[in-house]
Amino acid sequence: MAIRQISVFLENRPGMLDAMTGVLAEAGIDIRALSLAETKDFGIVRMIVDDVYETTTVLKENGYVNSLTPVIAVLIPDEVGGLHTVLETLTIAQVNVEYMYASLAGKKEDKAYMIFRVGETERAENALRRAGFEIADQDMIELM
Amino acid sequence: MERYFQPEMECASREDMVALQNEKLKKQVQHVWENVPYYRAKMEEKGVTPDDIQSIDDLYKLPLISKKDLREAYPYGLMGAPLRDCVRIHSTSGTTGKRVVAFYTQNDIDLWEDCCARALVAAGATKDDVCQVSYGFGLFTGGAGLNGGSHKVGCLTIPMSSGNTDRQIMFIEDLQATILCATPSYAAYLGERFKELGMGPDDIPLKAGIFGAEAWSEEMRQDIQNTLGIKAYDIYGLTELSGPGVSFECSEQTGMHVNEDHFLPEIIDPDTEEVLPVGTEGELVFTSLDKEGFPLLRYRTRDICVLSRAKCSCGRTLIKMKKPKGRSDDMLIIRGVNVFPSQIEAVLINQGYQANYQILVDRVNNTDTLEVLVEMTPEMFTDNLGEINARQRKIVEGLKSMLGLKAKVTLVAPKTITRSEGKAVRVVDKRKI
Repeated sequence: MAIRQISVFLENRPGMLDAMTGVLAEAGIDIRALSLAETKDFGIVRMIVDDVYETTTVLKENGYVNSLTPVIAVLIPDEVGGLHTVLETLTIAQVNVEYMYASLAGKKEDKAYMIFRVGETERAENALRRAGFEIADQDMIELM
Repeated sequence: MERYFQPEMECASREDMVALQNEKLKKQVQHVWENVPYYRAKMEEKGVTPDDIQSIDDLYKLPLISKKDLREAYPYGLMGAPLRDCVRIHSTSGTTGKRVVAFYTQNDIDLWEDCCARALVAAGATKDDVCQVSYGFGLFTGGAGLNGGSHKVGCLTIPMSSGNTDRQIMFIEDLQATILCATPSYAAYLGERFKELGMGPDDIPLKAGIFGAEAWSEEMRQDIQNTLGIKAYDIYGLTELSGPGVSFECSEQTGMHVNEDHFLPEIIDPDTEEVLPVGTEGELVFTSLDKEGFPLLRYRTRDICVLSRAKCSCGRTLIKMKKPKGRSDDMLIIRGVNVFPSQIEAVLINQGYQANYQILVDRVNNTDTLEVLVEMTPEMFTDNLGEINARQRKIVEGLKSMLGLKAKVTLVAPKTITRSEGKAVRVVDKRKI
């Protein structure tokens, strides 16, 4: 099951990211993972949060343009070559990775997830599952 | 059924109109000769006396005056009636230099309000309408003019003034306002706010809007009409002549009828000052035929436009003027190319952006730079950086083909460009020339 990533448009200026995380902190949002893609003038903040509805609501109220994107959260085996086996599986399934970033599993657990944005979400999920990888769903992310 | 406020003037035959203009012009030239020494000196310098002006065909003999004269004669030099007969002033925003102060007698105000009433009736206003005037009140002519016009029509008038957008929306909703008078940029902003509140065109009671006081594009008109679910009418005017209502649009929406019984238009070549035939593009020049307090003869508006005598389906015989390309004051010369903000606006709206933009002009190493700030909208946003870059490039290409200039386009966060409650600050020119 793909999970929902929130993407936010920010200008590339000092204080912009800080202002946004301030809004989220105020609303009690827990950010599970975050990555930045930037150009000279602007950037896109991509994040996985514990409460998607609340986050998009407060972002909208505060005038942030944002959108939801389906991404896959894969549990990465904690061993040498762990990430490599996941990517190999995707290559064999002919899935193109657009971007990826890391996320810790949560406060209690000692695991790491990789968040993947791919061209063919469903095909990627099926291939990973068949290869025995654990994929987090939205509930798992929210409960972490 | 087309309705008129003053059909005897709005639908007069050409012969009657010319006869009236001839008579008024002779009287007005005499009035100015006797009461405005500043202009009399200009006439004398050109060797013209009131006797030389027998009809509107002699108009070209009179000297032109420009904003420069208004500044020189500031404050009282062009007052045309004794102070005891003048009852009000209005003043320009002074964005391009020293303010212009214009004087009104009670009769001037009365005729000006008639002009605004003509515009309102052409937009469909009746006694049964509720008209919200969201132009600024005060020195600016917008609020006072449309407010007075709305009274004359007999609308229930809300003298709202600009600002406090949520209160504006509350009054429109609660009082079921049907007519809105505002600057187009403010109307667009109200539309945005309605959208945010989840109200579509069918939920908004407005049916028509009268928008002017700044240049706006046809694309922006479509945008406002769709968002608010109204018909948007253009209105034109200058403080120097009275204010809004010098010309106004009818249901045909193909240009504005000039209230030529009060304001006699001409088109001149801005360089040679030669009068050009109707239908040729050039600078618009007006002679006010009735103004007492501030009677300007052959005033150069700096607006570039075209006049047309084509028959109008609305039945009005008043000459029409095309929407000015922009005041030549608004025109920027960038790397030798003439650029009107309205051209940039057209490119943006065509590509689905809001009319919220700002143009920054600077000079770096003796070369002019043009930067356009565009606000990101939810519709245009995507998670894909490449896609956003491609959209940005598309704007650059659109501008390049419209202007023949390479511009830098910067996408900025929503609501970061200051919203105008009066006139929009579209251009920031940092060049020190």
